[in-house]
Amino acid sequence: MELWFSELHTPNVRFSLKVDKQLFSEVSEFQRVDIFDSAEFGRLLVLDGRIMITERDEFIYHEMITHVPMCVNPDIKKVLLVGGGDGGSARELLKYDTIEKIDLVEIDETVVRACRKYIPQTASCLDNPRVEIFFADGLKFVRRKSDEYDLIIIDSTDPFGVGEGLFTKEFYGNCFNALKASGIMINQHENPFYNHDAAAMQRAHKRLAGSFPVVRVYQINIPTYPAGQWLFGFASKKFHPTNAVDFGRWQALNLQTNYYNPKVHVGAFMLPTYVIKKLR
Amino acid sequence: MEYLTQERAPIMESLEKMRATRLVPFDVPGHKHGRGNADLLEFLGQRCLEVDVNSMKPLDNLCHPVSVIRDAEILAAEAFGAAHSFFITGGTTQAVQAMILTVCKPGDKIILPRNVHRSAINALILSGAIPIYVNPQVDERLGISLGMKVEEVIAAIKNNPDAKAVLVNNPTYYGICSDIATITKVAHEHGLKVLADEAHGTHFYFNQKLPASAMSVGADMAAVSMHKSGGSLTQSSLLLTGENINAGYVHQIINLTQTTSGSYLLMASLDISRRNLALRGSEIFDNVIELVEYARDEINYLGGWYAYGKELVDGGAIYDFDVTKLSVYTRSVGLAGVEVYDILRDEYDIQLEFGDIANILAYVSVGDRVKDIERLVSALADVKRIYRKDSARLMKVEYISPIVDATPKEAFYAEKKSLPIAETVGETAAEFLMCYPPGIPILAPGERITKEILDYVKYAKRKGCQLTGPEDMTIKRLQVIKGR
Ligand SMILES: Cc1ncc(COP(=O)(O)O)c(C=O)c1O
Repeated sequence: MELWFSELHTPNVRFSLKVDKQLFSEVSEFQRVDIFDSAEFGRLLVLDGRIMITERDEFIYHEMITHVPMCVNPDIKKVLLVGGGDGGSARELLKYDTIEKIDLVEIDETVVRACRKYIPQTASCLDNPRVEIFFADGLKFVRRKSDEYDLIIIDSTDPFGVGEGLFTKEFYGNCFNALKASGIMINQHENPFYNHDAAAMQRAHKRLAGSFPVVRVYQINIPTYPAGQWLFGFASKKFHPTNAVDFGRWQALNLQTNYYNPKVHVGAFMLPTYVIKKLR
Repeated sequence: MEYLTQERAPIMESLEKMRATRLVPFDVPGHKHGRGNADLLEFLGQRCLEVDVNSMKPLDNLCHPVSVIRDAEILAAEAFGAAHSFFITGGTTQAVQAMILTVCKPGDKIILPRNVHRSAINALILSGAIPIYVNPQVDERLGISLGMKVEEVIAAIKNNPDAKAVLVNNPTYYGICSDIATITKVAHEHGLKVLADEAHGTHFYFNQKLPASAMSVGADMAAVSMHKSGGSLTQSSLLLTGENINAGYVHQIINLTQTTSGSYLLMASLDISRRNLALRGSEIFDNVIELVEYARDEINYLGGWYAYGKELVDGGAIYDFDVTKLSVYTRSVGLAGVEVYDILRDEYDIQLEFGDIANILAYVSVGDRVKDIERLVSALADVKRIYRKDSARLMKVEYISPIVDATPKEAFYAEKKSLPIAETVGETAAEFLMCYPPGIPILAPGERITKEILDYVKYAKRKGCQLTGPEDMTIKRLQVIKGR
């Protein structure tokens, strides 16, 4: 017997993983949450049929969404994580002793419960006293904040489902308002390869560019995301993502990483021509 | 199942039966269940075009309903507490016009607030009735016109004992209600009929927490936009009548302007929506009320904006307020409503119902979700942060009491001349001028043009209001009555 999990990357492209068994399945108020055991990628967290993380390659995503801003501004103390109920981003951030507080705002309690039980690799850090979890709508949570965070990371699902409100101008604007004067925001820019997703990327980019003075895009390679390619937005009120960054200071921290390093940091902002064209 | 109960939907059921018989259509419409128009079929879908059919024996006839349409109308009358109901396929405009044509012959007087929808004044042009305007009070701060005070209606009746009817907005676009119960009582004591424009009041019939509906207080006729809060297809509407209206005569009036090819898509949507409201309306509108109350609290918490609610109620010109209306006063943020309306659409991908000089209205219905409300509230937070201006430079809005030189019909058919709009002060308008929406005329045919009115028009134009009405679509010229 063979059991395969498939995700449609487009109506004509299917990405399949051989799975051993389904460990968790629940339809919450917001979405369907599944966890599978797979032969090649370890455990998978799947939301509404789309792979969010796998044990095997989650380090790429989580390191790149956190260490890039942390290296740009090592003085970050207070962080807002929107989404990220799997705990992976929080785990990376907790490597910095200088971070005092991480507010994690996850809309769906089911995701946290499932990951705590089945994916401790990312979720075990959620018991750390520096992490406070709020089960709330990110859009609403941010609206009530002003001049409070050094860093906001939007670690959400794609713009067609639960996370829809996190790809809007009103959300980016409210994030701007919630950030301190030197604040940085990292958001999802989807994969630039397939047209449907690329259109979402272009819209998000346009909305973001209108909201922050510094907006750049960087790229990662991650096997289980559509086209194996993923973009993040780096938006900031003050800092440039590569100019005048003190990489020596980051290296002196001696943190263990598997994907991120200062050279990858700089290189990630070098984009293929077709991506540059789409961003224009 | 018993036949005439609210669980049934006679028109829908007869269409389904027709579908099952696989009738061969040698009648109109010529698209023949879509087969003759592939592009349309692709766009609207098989199930839709299959039931876009014409009157036939098993489906009854809207011009002379004797079977399933009559049954559907009986069920609707029961659901709305009316003596009769009429399915209308020409919009609430047609229902409003049918009401006025039913009670007013040429030269008859009708008492109405000036902030009626254009459809009511159009009906005056058709009927030749004479409008007696009651000044709707204006809320100084919000710049919106309100309801009619009972005393003012009584005064209008005393001054015009020959008037035939009173027309009441129940509610206005903004959700403001007059004391329709007392107005009905007083009007009936003086032998007048009471008509209600309930374009924005369908939900009043289905939830106890909402203001009184026209039929519940004994009004004589009501035009109810099922396609607004009732959820039916655009352009479908209901005309309701009470005990003392001759239904056969109303039928004749309706047939003066009604199509002989009533759309079964529209009629079925009325039937299905009536069933839905009768069975689940109370719960549906509980939900909407809760959603809007939440939105109001969140918007008011942001500061600057004022999302108004029941606190406006003063027992007079604001006798009651429809809490499902999410209207927000914008001038305290230094922005005209129409500016916010444009910003939300262009920058935030949020489409509102309308923006006027001082307010925006978000239409919230059974189709909305909490996360959409969060988007709207967050967008307002962001608009305030980015676009906030000093409010001192905004024009104050006041009620401009109309000077009526001629009846709408006289003015409409009078000999006219066209003048550049700036040169029309002192002339009598021969055509409408209004902002759309809300579609309440700034000038109606027969009204004197004053400098005040032109200043308002200029300001509205500058702020981006969409002006409509005149023959000259660019609104540079206006037609006035010749030789006055
Ligand atoms: C108060 C009022 N009456 C009547 C109408 C006419 O309704 P319809 O557009 O269905 O013809 C409207 C429409 O907006 C309205 O606002």
